Amino acid sequence: MTMRYVQEFRDGAAAQGLVARIEAAASRPVNLMEVCGTHTVSVFRHGIRGLLPPPVNLLSGPGCPVCVTTNADIDKAIALAQQEGVTLATFGDMMKVPGSYQSLQQAKADGADVRVVYSPRDSVRLARDNPHRPVIFFAVGFETTAPTIAASLLEAQRLGVTNFYVFAVHKLIPPAMIALLESGEVRIDGFICPGHVSVIIGSRPYEPIAKRYGVPCVISGFEPLDVLQGIEMLLRQTAEELAEVEIQYSRGVRPEGNPLARELMYRVFEVSDAGWRGLGCIPGSGLKLRPEYRAFDAEQAFPVEPPPTKEHRGCLCGEVLRGVITPPECPLFAKACTPEKPIGPCMVSSEGTCAGWYQYGPRS
Amino acid sequence: MAKASKILLAHGSGGRLSHDLVAKEFVPPWQNPILDQLNDSAVFSLSADGSGPRLAFTTDSYVVKPLSFKGGDIGRLAVCGTVNDLAMVGAKPLYLSASFVIEEGLPLSTLRAVVRSMREAAAEAGIQIVTGDTKVVERGAADGLFVNTAGVGLVPAGLEIGGDRARVGDAVILSGSIGDHGIAVLSQREGLEFEAAVESDVAPLNGLVAVMLAASPNVRVLRDPTRGGLATSLNEIAAQSNVGIAIEETTIPLNDSVWAACEMLGFDPLYVANEGKLVAVVAPEDAEQVLAAMRATRYGEQAAIIGEVVAEPAGKVLMRTAIGGTRIVHMLVGEMLPRIC
Repeated sequence: MTMRYVQEFRDGAAAQGLVARIEAAASRPVNLMEVCGTHTVSVFRHGIRGLLPPPVNLLSGPGCPVCVTTNADIDKAIALAQQEGVTLATFGDMMKVPGSYQSLQQAKADGADVRVVYSPRDSVRLARDNPHRPVIFFAVGFETTAPTIAASLLEAQRLGVTNFYVFAVHKLIPPAMIALLESGEVRIDGFICPGHVSVIIGSRPYEPIAKRYGVPCVISGFEPLDVLQGIEMLLRQTAEELAEVEIQYSRGVRPEGNPLARELMYRVFEVSDAGWRGLGCIPGSGLKLRPEYRAFDAEQAFPVEPPPTKEHRGCLCGEVLRGVITPPECPLFAKACTPEKPIGPCMVSSEGTCAGWYQYGPRS
Repeated sequence: MAKASKILLAHGSGGRLSHDLVAKEFVPPWQNPILDQLNDSAVFSLSADGSGPRLAFTTDSYVVKPLSFKGGDIGRLAVCGTVNDLAMVGAKPLYLSASFVIEEGLPLSTLRAVVRSMREAAAEAGIQIVTGDTKVVERGAADGLFVNTAGVGLVPAGLEIGGDRARVGDAVILSGSIGDHGIAVLSQREGLEFEAAVESDVAPLNGLVAVMLAASPNVRVLRDPTRGGLATSLNEIAAQSNVGIAIEETTIPLNDSVWAACEMLGFDPLYVANEGKLVAVVAPEDAEQVLAAMRATRYGEQAAIIGEVVAEPAGKVLMRTAIGGTRIVHMLVGEMLPRIC
């Protein structure tokens, strides 16, 4: 990757020009939702909110995979990790997410073998290097991550690695956006659609959102100029009362997406219903292993009965994930709930909305 | 959720949990006026009336993994880290101790390489290692080799450097690019090898400090932004001096490859560790001459004024971003990279 490409998208003068155009286009109050946690971080890290005129309100959405993982799924991952002789591998952000009773980090401190990996392929390697130890990959993520999990599983199959398992709680983004609109809880005047997810799925899955619900969608990149331009494109649509799907992030996203990656994903997974924190069960919003890959299914191989789930008292992560409140409106924010002692997952993940407000914003 | 009642890796991150651990578990039971200074080294007088030069005393343990990395190893780190802790209170470092906790099975050649690298670093810093200790533990009870060093140095009479001395209007100077050490170590971590043309910046900074102190009597604060990075050091200064610090993102030196690695891994370079950099708060009228003196030295070539001390908001660090936005730069929370020093 060339960093010059990044630098160009952080140019101060170009940013000022976009801000001026946003100011000119912002005639009435609008709520724009950045669906993806990476956008949320970019907005904070580059101080974008402070550059926007008052009518433009940014809402953070449910696009942080760690945050939308339910307590039930975390409890199950912990129960899997606590099986005698089992290794559970997962992405670093999952370690600190509190389940009903504890986090994977605490389970690890109590003796469970939990490893952080940076790529699902590392967990296949871990399984190959420890052939007598079942290695379960706790797979969390959206359409961006699922193809890489599928590829890792197929690699394990090709290499004859029989002690590699997947506990998959993958989720799909467009059904969650539709669920938000269906609930009618928050007025959303435009979606800043996720760049990386769209590299895989393309722009077409957002068409129903624009057509049926009349909400403009712009797929944006993650550099500050990308985000500002995405906002400007949405404002132009709302001013002209259009509702279309546009691609700002054209250097990464094609309308048809990445068919190869999708083929890989759907060879291994099939669409299922999925439980989301804050949004409940959304039909057709998850991925589960196809029957022919059952041998890799950790839930089949290690039937565990986690204790009954319970929610964290007072935690408003669900409301934050639906854009109903901003984190400082939660009574626990920055008081009982901090990144060191998180009560809800939105304070844990580096892409969590609460963590973003805590790390980069005012804490009161 | 149950309260964390065990030590977590994040307690060693250099961020907030580390601070809390020191403030709650160590300072109260041991309390005394010297400990309460909470600077990089303890500074105290040996004479009853407090006159004459004062002694600076510090210690640090090194548990970096891997033991050797691009640009240095645990030995160079162990000498430089302690030399720098002495230098950051204005002391001329003199003598170090060295203690080794060695895991059974460590190749003797590895130990010899570390010892040799300590000798070279000591020679460069102009100090001597004058006492030491060795312990060997069973296989599995340590990760190859842990090293502890302690050091003493002399603070010239009348020289006062401390985190509580920043004043509104002072310039904030950074001695060079940030994040090199953290990324160099990380790039060689098992399971995460990636090609990064990044070398650790681990270096003794006492020579640079001597040049700065010769250039101006108004160097007020010195800090080496190690674990927790530049963001954490600036927050410590803002809190100790009860001032605000305003910095400009575009003035902070950053190597392209460090930037690339941070972008790829999702790290903010402001929080990535350094082992051969310092941040200084200097009276505004002397800032340019201190900067010029720094730039004439090997470890200060890329020095830059990155911001200034402001009145409001007291205790906070604000950064104007490259696109003209403003954000608060908080202290590191949680753990970023374990065992980088």
